[in-house]
Amino acid sequence: MGKWTRRAFISAGVVVGGGLIVGVAIRPGNRAAELSKLVAGEGETLLHTWVKLDSDNVVTAIIPHAEMGQGVGTALAQMLADELDADWDLVKFEEAPALGEFANYPLGQSILLGGADIPDFVLPTVEGALIRTAHALDLQITGGSLSVRTTGAYGMRIAGAAVKEMLKIAAAEAWQVPVNEVIAENSQLMHKASGRVEPYAAFAESAGQMTPPVSPTLKSVDEFKIMGRHVERHDLPSKVDGTAIFALDVRLPDMLYATVRRAPTFGGGIDRIDDVLTRAINGVMDVVRLPSTEVSSMLGSFTFAESVAVVAKGYWAAKQGMDALNIQWGSTENDAVSSDVIFAQFDRDISAGIDRETDVVKGNLVASMQNAAQVINADYRVPFLAHTCMEPLNATAMVEDGRCEVWVGCQSPLSFRRSIADALGFDIENVTLHNCFMGGGFGRKSRPDYAIQAAQLALSLGRPVQLIWTREEDVRQDFYRPAIQSRFRAAIDDTGDLIAWENTYVDKHDPDEAALIPYSVDAQDIGHVRSPTHVPFGAWRSVAHSQHGFFTESFIDEVAVAAGQDPFEYRAARLQHLPRQLAVLTRAAKEAQWHIPLAPGRGRGISLQSSFGSIVAEVVEVTVNDGNLSVDRVVAVIDAGYAVSPDGMKAQIESGIIYGLSAALYGEISIKEGAVVESNFHNYPSVRMSDAPAMETYIINSGADWGGAGEPGTPPIASALTNAIFNATGNRIRQLPIKNVNLKLTEEPSLVVG
Amino acid sequence: MTVITVNGTEQKLEVDPSTPLLWVLREQLALTGTKFGCGIAQCGACTVHVNGSAIRSCVTPVSAVSGKKITTIEGLAPSNDELHPLQSAWIEEQVPQCGYCQSGQLMSAAALLATNPSPSDADINSAMSGNICRCGMYSRIRRAIKSAAGVQQFDPALAELARELNNG
Repeated sequence: MGKWTRRAFISAGVVVGGGLIVGVAIRPGNRAAELSKLVAGEGETLLHTWVKLDSDNVVTAIIPHAEMGQGVGTALAQMLADELDADWDLVKFEEAPALGEFANYPLGQSILLGGADIPDFVLPTVEGALIRTAHALDLQITGGSLSVRTTGAYGMRIAGAAVKEMLKIAAAEAWQVPVNEVIAENSQLMHKASGRVEPYAAFAESAGQMTPPVSPTLKSVDEFKIMGRHVERHDLPSKVDGTAIFALDVRLPDMLYATVRRAPTFGGGIDRIDDVLTRAINGVMDVVRLPSTEVSSMLGSFTFAESVAVVAKGYWAAKQGMDALNIQWGSTENDAVSSDVIFAQFDRDISAGIDRETDVVKGNLVASMQNAAQVINADYRVPFLAHTCMEPLNATAMVEDGRCEVWVGCQSPLSFRRSIADALGFDIENVTLHNCFMGGGFGRKSRPDYAIQAAQLALSLGRPVQLIWTREEDVRQDFYRPAIQSRFRAAIDDTGDLIAWENTYVDKHDPDEAALIPYSVDAQDIGHVRSPTHVPFGAWRSVAHSQHGFFTESFIDEVAVAAGQDPFEYRAARLQHLPRQLAVLTRAAKEAQWHIPLAPGRGRGISLQSSFGSIVAEVVEVTVNDGNLSVDRVVAVIDAGYAVSPDGMKAQIESGIIYGLSAALYGEISIKEGAVVESNFHNYPSVRMSDAPAMETYIINSGADWGGAGEPGTPPIASALTNAIFNATGNRIRQLPIKNVNLKLTEEPSLVVG
Repeated sequence: MTVITVNGTEQKLEVDPSTPLLWVLREQLALTGTKFGCGIAQCGACTVHVNGSAIRSCVTPVSAVSGKKITTIEGLAPSNDELHPLQSAWIEEQVPQCGYCQSGQLMSAAALLATNPSPSDADINSAMSGNICRCGMYSRIRRAIKSAAGVQQFDPALAELARELNNG
C-alpha cells in the first residue's frame, strides 16, 4: 500500500533556534495520477508537505488542505506522527497559507542545487538548501476525497520516515554508536546499551544539515501505532464553545456589511435599478453594481454575471435594502426554459443518439439482445441539486494601498487568490487570502464568485466589507449537481443470467468511470450524448457517482427481480472476479441480517459503489405505512484500504449517507422561466433528526491502496433506499426525489417491457 | 434604547428595534458563536436561550427580548475552565464535523435537558428537529444528548431564575 517509489524529493534545512524543516516534493507519476495530470509544465512537481521540528520537540505539519468538516488535519497528522514515531501529544498541524510555495514547484535546480529562499511565513530565516518558487499553479485544492491518499500517503508518511532516519543518524554520530542501535520512540531517541535518552529536538539542528535520505523506509501495517487508532480531532473544542472562526465571524475595524443579488435567470444582466426606497432605509450606505467577471482556473473558465450589492452598517439593513430594491433584470434566451423543457430535451437527445460516445463497448450486444429470454427497459432521471452548506456564502475583504486582503472559507485558496487578483487587476503578490474554517463545502466552495464580489466591493467602497449572501441567493445562484437522464436496456437468458447491458445517459461529468458497472456481463455498451443546459453546474459531493450510483444500482436490482432472484445473491454471483467488492457486499448483507425476512410493510435494499479508491456497500431498511416512509436503519461497509482514523472515517461515511439521503428524499432544484424556483430550507429541505435513520458503519482494512472517505458514502444511498422501498411496496422509483412519489400507489407496469 | 441581558451582562443598545437579535449579538456585541443559516427560522443555527427557552434569534426582533435574559453559546459553560456537560459529551462523541450548526444544536439540546433530564428518542426528535446539520451528524448528536442526560445542567439564566425563586 503506497510503496515508496522514488518519485519524491526530500529537502531539509535548519530553522532559527535550531529546529529542523523538511519538505517533500512529489514528481508526477502514476501513483499520484489524479494530481500529477493537473501539473501544467514538464518537469514540474507538486509539493505536498512541510514538516517542522522545533526546539521544544513539537512537530508541526503544514497541511495544504482546507478544513470543511472532514477532519483532514487529524488524519494527515496521524500518518506523519506514526512514521516519525512521535509522541501524539507533541504533534500539531496548521493549514498552509494560500501561497504557491505550498503547492507546486519546478523540479530540479532549486531542490537539487539549493541555495534558495524559503517563504518567510514558514520560518523567519532559514539556513540550508531549500526550495525556491519559480512558477506556481493554483494547486492547493481540497476535494476528490484525495487528501489522505495523496498528501498523506505520498507526503506525510515520507516526511515522517525521513525525519526519523535523519534524527537517528544524527544521534548515532553524536553518541558514537551504530545507527541500528538507536531507537526512536515517543519523540525520543534512545540507546539501550549506553542508557542514553534525548528528545528529537536535541538532534534537529545536526539533522537539518544532512542530505535527506532518498528512500526512507516506511512501516508495514502491523507496525502502525497511531494510524488506525482513535484520536480526538484537534478542532472540536473550538466548535462546541463558539470560538471557532468561520469566515462569517471575521470582524475588522470600520467594517461595513453587504448582501448581493444576481439575475435569477442564469446569465441575465441588470437593465435598470431604482434604489430610492433602498437609500431611504436607515443604515443603508450605498448601492453598488458589480461587473461580470471571467475566471480561468485549473477547474475551467467561467463567467459570473454582474450583480448588485446593497451596503449598510449592518446585515439587517443591507437585507432590508435589498428587499426594497426595484430591479429590472435583462431578458435572456433562456427565459422560457423550465425543468419539463430540460427533461424533454434529454429524452429527445438520448433517443436521437447523435454523436453518442462510448465509455465501454464489449461483446455482441445486438446478438445478445436478440437471443434474450427477456429484455428489461427503464429510464431514470434525477433533478438539479444545490449544495446548501450550513454557512451561507460569504467573504470579507479590505483594499488598502493597492493591496487586497480577503477572509473566506474555500476549497481552493490559490485559485481563489488568483481569481481575485485577476478580477481586480492586481498582481497576485498584492492579494492575501486567509482561509477560515468552512461551514460545509461539498464542492460549492471551489468556485470563487462570492470572494470576488467581496473584493470588488471593498475596492469600490475603500472600506472593509463583509459580504453575506442570503440563503435565497445561496440556493438560487449555485453551481448545481447536473440533472441527468439515463436509459437502460438489459437482456437475461432463460436461466436469468445477465447477458447484455446497454446504457445511454446525457452529459458526461467527472469521474470517467462513474457509469461503469462492476458486474460480469459479456456484452456491454455504455455511452453518453451531449445535451447541455443553461443551468450552471459544478462538483457536488461524489460528483457523477451520486447520479450513476442511483441509476446503475437501481437497474441491476430491476434485472435481479426480473430474473426472479435475490438482489444480493444476484450481485454477488457477478462479482466473483472482484474479491474486494464481493467481500464488502457480503459483509453488508451479513451485518444487515439480509436473509432474515421482514414484516409486511417493511423492506430492505442493497447497493454497491466503488468511488474515489474506496468500495462501499449499503443496506437500507424502511417501513412504508399507508404511504408514509420511514428510513429505519442504514448499514454501511467501507474498504478504503486502511482506515487511518477509524472514527473519522465512520463520521465521513455517516455524513455522506445523510447528505445523499437528503437528496434522495427531498432534493430538487426546479427551473421555471429560466430560474430556480426553490429558495430556502422550507422548500429545499434537508434530513432532520426526526428522519435520520439508525446507522452502523463497518470498516474492512484490506490493505489495498489508500482510498478516500469524504465522498464514497454518498453514491450508494439513493439506490439502496429505493430498492428497499421496492422491496416493501413493489413500487420502483426511477425519478428522484422520493417526496414526489405517491407511495400508496404501486407503479404502472408499462415502463417495464417484458 | 433597548436593554437586554446577555450571558449575565446587561447591554444597552441603540439599534433599530426591529433588528433580529441574531444580528445584534453578532454585530453589536461581537458574539459570533451564534450563526446565521437561513434567516427564516428553518435551520436552527441561530438558536439561543431567552429566559431559558430555545428561540430562533434570526426572526426575533430585539425589541421582543427587551429586559429578558439571553444565553448564547458563549455563556453556556458554567465557567471559563469548565464545559457544560453537553459540550463535554459533544467532544466525547466527536460530534462536530464542519461545526457551523453546533452552537445551535447545543443550545437546543441544553434547553431540552434543562426541562427534561432524561429525554426519550421522541423527545429528542421533537426538540432537535428544528436544527439542521448538513454534515448529518444526527446519530452522534443523539448519543451525546443521551450521554449527558441526567448530568447536572447549567444555564446562567436558569440559575439566576432559581436564585430568584429561592429568594422568594
